Amino acid sequence: MALLEVDHLQTYFDTRSGIVHAVDDVSFKLEKGEALGLAGESGCGKTTTALSIIRLLPKNGRIVGGSIRYMDKDLALVKDSELRRIRWKHIAIVFQGAMNALNPVKRISWQIAEAVSIHDQVTKEEAQDRVDELLELVGISPARKNEYPHEFSGGMRQRAMIAMALACNPKIIIADEPVTALDVMIQAQILELLKQLREDLDLSMILISHDLSVIAETCDKVAIMYAGKLAEYGRCRDVFLDSQHPYTQGLVRSFPDIYGPRDLPPWIPGQPPNLLEPPVGCRFAPRCHLAIDVCTKEDPPSYETDGGHLAACTLCDPARRR
Amino acid sequence: MASSFTNTNFWLRRKLGFTEVRQEKFRLAAHRLGEVTWAVMKHRMGGIGVAILVFSCVLALLAPFLTSSGLLANPEAKIYPAFLDPSWQHPFGTDFNGKDILSRVVWGSRVSLLVGLLASVIAAVLGTLVGLASGYWGGARDEILMRINDVFLSLPWLALLLVVAYILGGRLSLFVIIFAIGVTGWNFTARVVRAQVLSVKERVFVERARAAGAGEWQILRKHIFPNVFPLVFANTILSVAVAILSESTLAYLGKTDTNNLSWGVILQEASSNSAVLIGKWAWIVMPGLALVIVVLGFSLLGYALDEILNPKLRER
Repeated sequence: MALLEVDHLQTYFDTRSGIVHAVDDVSFKLEKGEALGLAGESGCGKTTTALSIIRLLPKNGRIVGGSIRYMDKDLALVKDSELRRIRWKHIAIVFQGAMNALNPVKRISWQIAEAVSIHDQVTKEEAQDRVDELLELVGISPARKNEYPHEFSGGMRQRAMIAMALACNPKIIIADEPVTALDVMIQAQILELLKQLREDLDLSMILISHDLSVIAETCDKVAIMYAGKLAEYGRCRDVFLDSQHPYTQGLVRSFPDIYGPRDLPPWIPGQPPNLLEPPVGCRFAPRCHLAIDVCTKEDPPSYETDGGHLAACTLCDPARRR
Repeated sequence: MASSFTNTNFWLRRKLGFTEVRQEKFRLAAHRLGEVTWAVMKHRMGGIGVAILVFSCVLALLAPFLTSSGLLANPEAKIYPAFLDPSWQHPFGTDFNGKDILSRVVWGSRVSLLVGLLASVIAAVLGTLVGLASGYWGGARDEILMRINDVFLSLPWLALLLVVAYILGGRLSLFVIIFAIGVTGWNFTARVVRAQVLSVKERVFVERARAAGAGEWQILRKHIFPNVFPLVFANTILSVAVAILSESTLAYLGKTDTNNLSWGVILQEASSNSAVLIGKWAWIVMPGLALVIVVLGFSLLGYALDEILNPKLRER
């Protein structure tokens, strides 16, 4: 059985103008030691999916349906007190934007020790020893642990955030845009660090990014999301090199090829649909150049094209292919 | 059994010792305090404010000693002729009872400073609690607390104090005054704290703390409060000045117990004995000047701290 199984997850937001179907029927599995990439445009539900897993949604968000199976428990249903024990101890998050995710008036050492002392009964000295160990692990000199976040550089802050996520030896790390807003050199370092840690500590990871190259570099599997739905899911190699869904094909094509001709890469015209009233049928149909009549009428299920490679597109229906 | 043993062991270990970590913490706190003190002293306004306050506090604390050593006259002894003009023996002259005015001004600073400091501490604690609760939980609690706040804000504080004085009857004792000024002075702090909490609680680090399994109290105490504390601190120093003025006003209006000698009491005596008409300028000017200088001291320090601790005003 997989470590984490998200099954038909639906998360909606109640807003003044109606219900936003932010995540609608998303399913994936995360095996032990595996890295899964969640990719897609802004506002397609990547972060909401991740936050739903540990139920850290804003007040107006709620999980409407589906289940999140983790160690014989359904995280969508467990009590708050139990969930608090699971957060960070089992599933930790590296947040988007390290500067904002660190408390500006607390020392780095305190912030890392906080998570340790919430979950484990340790003395202050033991917690501080753990902080030294963690900082060493992510490549920050423990001599700097008593500094404030503003005294750290952007890359160091991100490292500190990762150290914080590792504080309680979690089994799963959710990294939400871990390298956004960092320069390319630091990006490479942080990604390398994440890869290294994953191997050393046998971690599973969910990496959220809009940058397909980041995911291709670090992940085993990838889930492409579009407008709150899973468009395509499978091993990175399959999804990127043998894309089945027209949306994935468009995404992959819109990345410039360093060996190709020097012109502007093609893009996908149009905008993602308004999730207040998602279109009937396939949500990508209005922008899809391959759309046929059925697409605007029926919501396509996920078809398995080959071993573990799923695509939610009518054109992948084996019955239609034949 | 085993687990309960490790538990007690843990609590025991936590209670005893850990001198190393504690020492480190203490060292860091002292370092930070040193930094802030240095910044205040370097700040021109702050330096002047600190000088004024240190001078007046030292004088207030030393008053009994100065009196017993004979440098100051006993403020309550009616041993001199009334209405003496300023002289070397009585720099500010004597009042209608034959008491030395200089000595009374020095002794009066004790009550004025005490009331000012304690009342603003009460106001700060109340205001911070209300501000934190209403900003953090929001909703109905926020609505109720802020409407109460509106009532306190819209009532003139002097009228409110006079009503409190009237209800409690007669002349007010020292602690009633402190309490009354504290209770009527929390609304501004509450507003400021609430506004800051509203902005801080939406920051990502609060969400991160929640993701790390921190409870409401942990978040409120360890994440939100430290972020609003500098604001509260600077605000409290500023409100000491207001509290001292409030006490003087009440005393001047004759609402306080004259046994608690404060600058307001001296002013009230001077005014009811028409000091100005009979040409006793020092009787009315000296306590007034003392009041102005101390209030100025607190205001200067307050503004300096605001600039140093409030990142938005800090000069880069």
